[in-house]
Amino acid sequence: MTQQTAELSPETVLEELKKNGVTHVVWLPDSETNWLYLLMQAEPTLDLITVSREGQAFSTAAGLAVGGAKPVILIQNTGLQESGDSMRGWVMGMHIPVVLMVGYRGYTRHGDNTDTAATYTEPFLNAYNIKYYLIENNDDAGRITRAFEEAEKAQGPVAVLVGDEFHGFNR
Amino acid sequence: MIHTEDMLKVFAKYRGNAVVIPGRGGRHWHTISDKPERDVPLGDPAMGGHGSFGLGFALARPNEKVILFDSEGDILMNMGALPTIAEKAPPNFYHFMLDNGVYATTGGQPVPNAQNIAYDVIAKGSGYPSTFSFDNLEDFTNNIEAILNAPGPVFVALKIHPEVENVPINQRIRWNPRSRDKVISDLQAEIGPRK
Repeated sequence: MTQQTAELSPETVLEELKKNGVTHVVWLPDSETNWLYLLMQAEPTLDLITVSREGQAFSTAAGLAVGGAKPVILIQNTGLQESGDSMRGWVMGMHIPVVLMVGYRGYTRHGDNTDTAATYTEPFLNAYNIKYYLIENNDDAGRITRAFEEAEKAQGPVAVLVGDEFHGFNR
Repeated sequence: MIHTEDMLKVFAKYRGNAVVIPGRGGRHWHTISDKPERDVPLGDPAMGGHGSFGLGFALARPNEKVILFDSEGDILMNMGALPTIAEKAPPNFYHFMLDNGVYATTGGQPVPNAQNIAYDVIAKGSGYPSTFSFDNLEDFTNNIEAILNAPGPVFVALKIHPEVENVPINQRIRWNPRSRDKVISDLQAEIGPRK
């Protein structure tokens, strides 16, 4: 039996964002992403836009995209679930291709969640018919690029669930 | 109190080449505007998001003057957008707000604390460097040119007459001849690719 020890490093995530031409990160801090925040803040090609409720991220991203910029939304699954109407109207209804990097609070690999934030995350995405990818370590990082490709193809949102919240992002 | 249509007719004289997001003023603006290809009438994709949409567009297009006619109901629904706009402070963003004190499209029920709220004060407290409040057309007319000639972001609260709708939503007359997709593709063709 092998034990998985690899982590998802914030450097890897940042590299994926840069590789995919992201210009703006519309985000609301979650409990485990501070290290990524510090890296993004120091990255001159990225403009960070901090919102105070996640629904705002979707309308902000729509404005950026209509203007020709390439936003990514970085939020937690709790806020994603708050954002349903804004996501529906401003992103899905306007055919905005955007990747949602979603901190998967409460996720456990064993499927034995005790946090309802995790319990309802995938059913929520399925209800909106949004495709999603799970990333847990650096080997999964290519799925971020795949999400960008899928968003472009679908002209809508695609989610990346960051299932490594409780160690790799919080060094 | 100001009539929205009268206000927009005055504004039109000073619009220049700005991109206009008419928001709740859209039904009047589409008969007044002489540059529909630079108008972004989106209807109501999801209430509360126009301010953030305007911010995003203004940041993506810093060389375009961007003018938004938001509403007080939208702002109340997403008041947290104001500090974000003020923090990013796009100098090309002009944020007007139509305040009729009611939810006009649902029959005219008052918004919370409609008679006592001061939106310009809230915008100022959120960090907008410049805010105004007008409750009559004459003052608006006397100030609009200077407001649009100064750098943004600016917040302008306008007390307007309610135009209450009581017709069921599926029986209302569609005033926007263009679909949302067409509005966006027309705009993007007009402003060209982002540099």
